[in-house]
Amino acid sequence: MKGNEVLAEAAMRAGCRFFFGYPITPQTELAAYMAKKLPLIGGTFLQAESEIAAINMVYGAAAAGARVMTSSSSPGVSLKGEGVSYMAGADCPGVIVNVERGGPGLGGIQPSQSDYFQATRALGHGDFYMPVLAPSTVQEMADLIYDAFDLADEYRTPTMILADGMIGQMMEPVLLPPERDLDSLPNKPWATSGHAGKREHNVINSLYLSPEKLEQTNFERFERYAEIQEKHQRQELMECDDADIVVVAFGAASRIARTAVRDARAKGIKAGLLRPITLWPFPTKAIEQVIASGASKFLSVELNMGQMVQDVRLAVNGRASVDFFGRTGGVLPTPEEVLAAIEAVAAGESVCQSAEPGAVGSLLPHPQHRKSSYERGE
Amino acid sequence: MARIIVDDVHCKGCGLCVAACPKGVLALDQERITPKGYHPAKMVKEGCIACSSCYFTCPDVAITVVK
Amino acid sequence: MAKPDCGSVTLPDYQQERIGSQIAEGETIKSARPHALTDAIFNYCPGCTHGIVNRLVAECIDELGIEGKTVGIAPVGCSVMMYDFMNCDMIEAAHGRAPAVATGVKRVHPDNVVFAYQGDGDLASIGTAETVHAATRGEKITVIFINNAIYGMTGGQMAPTSLPNQVTQTSPYGRDVSKVGYPVRIAEMVSTLDGVAYVERVTCDSRKHIMQAKKAIKKAFQNQIDGIGYSLVEVVSTCPTNWGMTPLDAFQWLRDNMLPYYPLGVYKDVVADGFANAAEAALDRAKDCPIAQQKKEA
Repeated sequence: MKGNEVLAEAAMRAGCRFFFGYPITPQTELAAYMAKKLPLIGGTFLQAESEIAAINMVYGAAAAGARVMTSSSSPGVSLKGEGVSYMAGADCPGVIVNVERGGPGLGGIQPSQSDYFQATRALGHGDFYMPVLAPSTVQEMADLIYDAFDLADEYRTPTMILADGMIGQMMEPVLLPPERDLDSLPNKPWATSGHAGKREHNVINSLYLSPEKLEQTNFERFERYAEIQEKHQRQELMECDDADIVVVAFGAASRIARTAVRDARAKGIKAGLLRPITLWPFPTKAIEQVIASGASKFLSVELNMGQMVQDVRLAVNGRASVDFFGRTGGVLPTPEEVLAAIEAVAAGESVCQSAEPGAVGSLLPHPQHRKSSYERGE
Repeated sequence: MARIIVDDVHCKGCGLCVAACPKGVLALDQERITPKGYHPAKMVKEGCIACSSCYFTCPDVAITVVK
Repeated sequence: MAKPDCGSVTLPDYQQERIGSQIAEGETIKSARPHALTDAIFNYCPGCTHGIVNRLVAECIDELGIEGKTVGIAPVGCSVMMYDFMNCDMIEAAHGRAPAVATGVKRVHPDNVVFAYQGDGDLASIGTAETVHAATRGEKITVIFINNAIYGMTGGQMAPTSLPNQVTQTSPYGRDVSKVGYPVRIAEMVSTLDGVAYVERVTCDSRKHIMQAKKAIKKAFQNQIDGIGYSLVEVVSTCPTNWGMTPLDAFQWLRDNMLPYYPLGVYKDVVADGFANAAEAALDRAKDCPIAQQKKEA
């Protein structure tokens, strides 16, 4: 099974019986699997007329109390921003899967991580966040979607799986999670499913004409966010106990970085890997931990022009150097290129044009780091 | 005797009931204002036949018809 | 205080003291606020027909005894606050998306009665795609469409249904059809779609027309309960404030200009046409298309 199919199967095992989506590459297999399997277990697969309609169907189904999801890829996720904002504003749980591709615009269809900002900062208008989980293996495609539904329900929030075309298309052995008993799913007394004369009418709404009331509602929601930040930061640490230089990478980029870190260790460089599993909340506690154990250099490796590196800088807060290496547009760096970047950083050089904190436009790699080893003729 | 009771909480004095009454027994009460600042409808003479035309046209559902 | 003898019509609890106390013993209530309405004061302007249609929806819910299983979808527009006015469960949707939200609810709970209440900007402009596709999918929902030829909430801009030469804030020299095109006739357009069971255009400028509107709305709910298919009732309405008229003058303008452009009547009724439901009617319409006639295995 491909990563996309594994995610679909695990979602159903997590109790998801409703899927609303719109065709887009490279999440195709996910929707196709749902279309085939959901009707067989009494679920509903519906291909909507647009991404906008799909996410609003998710909003309606979530309001009605269902475990529900949608999946798309970058350009389609942009369209879902409206509905996700309404879900956040109305405290409706649901899962949005983004199997990223390169951008901006129509971009490309090769793997990318260029929607990090969109996922962790700005997936819609208004003051809100949502949990974002980033799988790096096919096994995690299964495990994290399972967790995402629980997180969404527990905190009444939209939750995102931020994957990429590489993991979506990849085949690996996987242990599927057990089938959830639908009766064990959380009760939702707030849902709009008809009051049956037994309670006051429920309202699912994000409109507050009183500024004080809206502010208070936002304060309450942010208290929930604070709890998520406190309880649900997740990451994997590899070789970090004595690391001087810590590579921070998630998803597909972390697979390449892992090899490069091992190669660096073989060359005697004290490198480690910090792999965020939750992108929001960003694993700031793990950053604290590796700084406390002596890390003095960070290198963020991403499949974009430098997005997560901003969170690394915020967490590091000037206590160590933070550098960035990234390839974009669907280009995957080789482990050798990442190793070269680690070696450069270890030698005190910068691999991007400016490693100054806050220097957003200058994260362009140095010319010698811009071409792949193949292009450099090595 | 048929008559109407106007709920001042809801009436906005739009006058549609006055126009709808086939017996012409309604008018806006220029002597009173509702909590929202409107002149509410009221019966100004006898002759109500409890036809509910005022109720049907009232956009604020402010009228109760009794007989 | 003893409750007055109310016959079959009763006052809602919140009016017992305010109104009930004024009712003498022996008096019978002929007409009163429906139970499906809350005590919230409508945010509509004086004389706005939204209030009439809100009440008709509430009366139909009462008479069909479905308040406990009804879920309503409020739009963005003047009726955005409808979630405050109705006693059934309510969801506030994004602008134009009510049919998609209704689809989500109905798919999760097919036994719920789900209605979307939308204005012309919401349904016929920003939400045209959602409208057309919910209809053609044959979602078993009820859509109430308020067409008053203007954007009311935002202060009177040109709507997709504004009439040719109609002056609005954004067509200050009158709607110039050579530049901005023509109004959308929703009842006619939606009635061409195969998933649709019933479309009627009504208005509410008089008692007679209000009774007709109520009959149509009730039928649109009954169709859903009976699983016949998607139903839409277009209510030709007024906007006295943004038309710049008294409520009565607005009714006259509606009769003079709106009704000739938007003729009242039934545009589709599959049951009246002799079919059990929209699906049967669609099958009949495609009777010369072999693939459309293939039987689905259960």
